[in-house]
Parts: sequence; C-alpha cells; structure tokens
Amino acid sequence: MYDGGKIIVGLIIGIGLFLSPFIYNAGTAAKPPDPQLTKKAKEAKVCVAPKAYMRESHFKMLDEWRHTVVRDGERYYKAADGKIYYKSLQVTCLDCHSDKTKFCDQCHNYLSVNPYCWDCHIAPEEKK
Amino acid sequence: MNFVLSLVFSSLAVLVVVLIPWIGVGALNLKILFGVVIPYAALATFIVGIIVRVLDWGRSPVPYRIPTTAGQMWSFPWIKSNPIDNPKGTGGVVVRMLFEVLTFRSLFRNTRLEYSKVDGVPRINYEWEKWLWLAALLFHYSFLVIFLRHFRFFMEPVPGFVTLLESLDGFLQMGAAPFNGFGLPGVYLTDMLLMAAVTWLLLRRILYSQIRYLSLPADYFPLLLILSLGTTGILMRYLLRVDITKVKELVIGIFKFSPVVPDGIGVIFYIHLFILCVLITYFPFSKLMHFAGIFLSPTRNLSNNNRFVRHVNPWNYPVKFHTYEEYEDEFRDAMIEVGLPVDKGAKTAEEGEKE
Ligand code: HEC
Ligand code: HEC
Ligand code: HEC
Repeated sequence: MYDGGKIIVGLIIGIGLFLSPFIYNAGTAAKPPDPQLTKKAKEAKVCVAPKAYMRESHFKMLDEWRHTVVRDGERYYKAADGKIYYKSLQVTCLDCHSDKTKFCDQCHNYLSVNPYCWDCHIAPEEKK
Repeated sequence: MNFVLSLVFSSLAVLVVVLIPWIGVGALNLKILFGVVIPYAALATFIVGIIVRVLDWGRSPVPYRIPTTAGQMWSFPWIKSNPIDNPKGTGGVVVRMLFEVLTFRSLFRNTRLEYSKVDGVPRINYEWEKWLWLAALLFHYSFLVIFLRHFRFFMEPVPGFVTLLESLDGFLQMGAAPFNGFGLPGVYLTDMLLMAAVTWLLLRRILYSQIRYLSLPADYFPLLLILSLGTTGILMRYLLRVDITKVKELVIGIFKFSPVVPDGIGVIFYIHLFILCVLITYFPFSKLMHFAGIFLSPTRNLSNNNRFVRHVNPWNYPVKFHTYEEYEDEFRDAMIEVGLPVDKGAKTAEEGEKE
C-alpha cells in the first residue's frame, strides 16, 4: 500500500458514516409509536375516513378541509359512510383525539414531523 | 454503442428495475425478499465493493507527482507562487482538496469547444461552460441533504440535525402544487433542485454533440436510475402516500438486525427501495466510485515537490549492469584484431605487435 495509513483511516471514516445507523440504533429501544384512542374516539369506533387512509394521508384531508373552509366557506364534510362532519382541526379532529401528546405526537415524534399548525391553532388542554 | 441505442438500452434496463419489484411485491407478494433480503445483500455488496476497490487503488504505485496545476510553482522567494493551486506542502494540498471536494473547483474551469462564424469566417471558441458545474453542485448537495433527511427513517430517536435540515429545506412552508390537497406535506427545495439538476445532467449528454459522442450506457444508466429514484420518492411524498410509520418500522428492523415486514406498505415503496438497492449494488462496479475516487486523485492530493524531493519509481527492479569495462574485458582481443580503439591493455597489445 502506498500512503496506506491515510487511505485506511479515510476508508474507516467513510464506511463508518454509512454504517452509523447500525451503531446508533444498537442501544435504543426504538419502539414503534402506539397512538392511544380516547374514550370518545373508542365510542365512535370509526374515524372520518378508513384507518389505512388516515394513517397515510390524514394531512391531505386536513389540507383539503382548510382550503375549502377558508376559501370556499364549505364547512361540512360528508364521509363515505354518509356521516356529516364539521370540517375543523380543533373542533373535530381534536375533539375525538383530544390527547394530542398520546396520539398525534406519538407518530410525529417518531418521524420528526413538526406541523406548523399549532403556531395558530390551539391544542386542547390535557389532564395529566 | 450508438447514442440512440445507448439511451434505449439504459432506459429499458431502468424499466426492468422498476418492473421487478412491481411484479415481485404487487403480484407475487414477496415482501421479505424485497424488504429485507435484497436490501441486506445490496448493502453488503456496497460496503465490501467499496473497500475492495479502494484498497486496490491504494496498492497502485504513484511513481512521481503529476503537476497538472493552474498556478506557478514555488521556486525562489522573489517569484510569486500559488500555494493552493500548486502546493509545495501538505497545508496547500489540504486546502486544494477541500476546494475540490466541497466546491468542485476543477469542474468550475470546464470549457466547451464551440464553432461560430464571424463575418463568414469560421472560428473556434473555447466557451467557459458553467452549467455543468452548477448542475453538478446542485445535484450533489441536494442528494446529500436528501440522504441526510432520510435519517429520520434510519435512526430512533431522530437526531437533531435531521430536524434542523427539514426545517431549513422546507422553509417555504408551501405545498408541492397549487391544488387542493397538495398543500401538505410541505415541499422540500432539494427535491425539486435534485430533479432539475439531474434532468440537466442527462439533457446535456443528449443536446451537446461532443458529449453525445462520448456518452455510453454507463453514463445514461446511473442518471436514469437516480431520476427514477427521485421520481418514486417524490410520488411517494406528495401523491401516492404510503404508511411511512410502518416504513420506519421496517427500516429500523433492518438496522437492528431483527427485521420485521409490516403489512400495508404500498408497492411504490418497494419500487423506491429496489431502485436504491440496484443503485448501491451497481455503485462499486461503476463510475459512481468517483465518490471515493475524488479523495485519491493523484493530480489533486499530491504536493508538487518533484524538483526538490527525489521520488524513486516503486516498480524499479534491480537492474543487471554490464559496464563498458566488463564489455571491453570480454571482447578486447577481438576489438584489437579489427582495429577498434580500446581503453585498457591497448598499449600492451600495441607493444606486443611492434616486437
Ligand atoms: C368521531 C371521532 C373521530 C374524529 C372526528 C376523528 N377521528 Fe381519527 N380516529 C378515530 C377512531 C375511532 C380511530 C381508530 C380507527 C380504527 O382503529 O379503525 C381513528 C384513527 C385515526 C388515525 C390512525 C391512528 C392509528 O392508530 O393508526 C389517524 C391518523 C387519525 N384518526 C387522524 C384524525 C384526524 C387528522 C382527524 C380530523 C380530520 C380525525 N382523526 C378525526 C376517531 C375520530
Ligand atoms: C397563520 C395561522 C395559521 C396556521 C399556521 C394554520 N392555520 Fe388553519 N386556520 C387559520 C385561520 C385564521 C382559520 C380560519 C378559522 C375559521 O374561519 O374558522 C383556519 C382554519 C383552518 C381549518 C378549518 C376551520 C377550523 O376550524 O379548523 C382547518 C382544517 C385548518 N385551518 C387546518 C390547518 C392545518 C392542518 C394547519 C397546519 C398545516 C393550519 N391550519 C395552520 C390559521 C392558521
Ligand atoms: C399513525 C401515525 C400518525 C398519527 C396518529 C397522526 N399523524 Fe399526522 N402525520 C403522520 C406522518 C407520518 C406525517 C408526515 C408525512 C410526511 O412527512 O411525509 C404526518 C403529518 C401530519 C401533518 C403535516 C405536517 C407537515 O408539515 O407536513 C399534519 C398537519 C398532521 N400530521 C396532523 C395530525 C394531527 C392533527 C393528528 C392527530 C389528530 C395526527 N396528525 C396524527 C403520522 C401520524
């Protein structure tokens, strides 16, 4: 090897960076999130849309709601099962899912999602 | 290979790469194969391949310094030298390498031959071509940011630098498209910059005749692969959502060596993952190795000290000498016989003749 020392040090640093997730995660529990439903949500049994859609795309629905409410003044949403919902982040979503830290934030912290909504919208107070 | 054929060939190759997981997961439901087995195999190939190639490069001798420099070398104190472009010691080399790796300095000097006619007379121009440098810089930095942002899937808890990058990259807090339902999640600048830059890097190979002539499937294939990697990623983020909470469970499982394959992840994720696997498997065998190679470029990482340090060619073998003296000793008699001048013993021979 010519300049072998330097090349091997560089190689170890480079490969080490690529393999860092293996090292970083080795000690942690890394539990998947476990969103908790409130009593109210449990009684309702169903969400606004099917669970799979909500898990994948609930923010798309929120975006649609906010556009149609703020721009077109349409405040009611007819779900696929015929139920009518008042289109609102605070009044509807967070009525059923009032324990935001045990529900929304569970997933959001897991994936480092920081919705800017709470700059203006107010999350319900939670009893500890 | 002809240029149309090269393009068709590499596009077909990428199409096959997209179709394999589409059929494999979409129709045959081989989730463990595409979600766990192939990623491990690809990662192993990537790591081992890089090590083997770099060690191979390390064994290649560098007989002397190659001064392809753009500056005056150090000679006398009263002649102004350029310590960065033509460094005489380690300090200058480090600065030159930093410029090279972080700002692609030699690409910045890229020129392009152009023909033009001035008053009916043909002219050759060497145009300073900045677009390649600009697109390359945007592409590589966007790729880096996107790669680092993906660490939100790779690490739990998510490290702070990822959150910081996300907020900087998404500072526009704007939707991807001005349609209802596209306002969230917010658009990332690097997503768009990467696609624009790769598109240009591909287009220049098609539009410029000289570069078209030089381009091979080995050039088109990685570009098209990265283009499709970006397209599937963008589709997944803004249009065809998958359950990324489950995606993270899968990825963390791989990194903790306890793989799980959750149900309910859309096929598009497996396509995205498979394209990545193909890309990193292909990596050590292709010109993508310039990622490691740039650190080993002899024209950049060696100081120009040819004139004051002796560099012995490392592949010199001990040469067997046969000096002139030995030669004369061997042939003296014959040389004298035909009248050739000799250094030694000539006198005795002449004297012998006279007697
Ligand atoms: C009527 C009460 C109710 C309202 C209103 C409601 N949800 Fe739900 N939500 C539920 C229930 C019940 C579930 C569990 C569904 C299941 O398990 O099938 C759920 C599930 C979810 C899930 C998936 C959680 C998981 O465990 O995977 C998300 C995400 C979600 N809701 C978001 C929202 C958002 C965003 C809104 C506002 C647009 C909203 N919900 C409005 C009752 C509600
Ligand atoms: C700049 C402050 C601000 C931010 C940030 C903001 N909103 Fe709003 N939002 C408003 C205002 C003001 C209204 C109008 C309230 C009304 O007319 O009832 C509104 C209305 C809405 C509505 C419909 C009405 C209601 O009661 O909820 C939805 C849904 C909504 N926003 C969702 C969101 C989401 C999701 C985010 C984050 C991605 C967000 N908003 C961020 C200010 C904001
Ligand atoms: C099953 C896990 C899960 C639950 C529960 C959940 N979210 Fe989300 N949410 C996500 C994921 C994942 C994203 C990010 C998508 C991305 O970044 O691509 C997200 C994104 C969002 C966004 C868009 C943020 C942005 O800036 O892009 C909003 C707004 C949002 N969630 C609101 C809520 C609210 C309100 C609740 C509680 C009622 C909730 N979410 C519950 C998983 C969840």
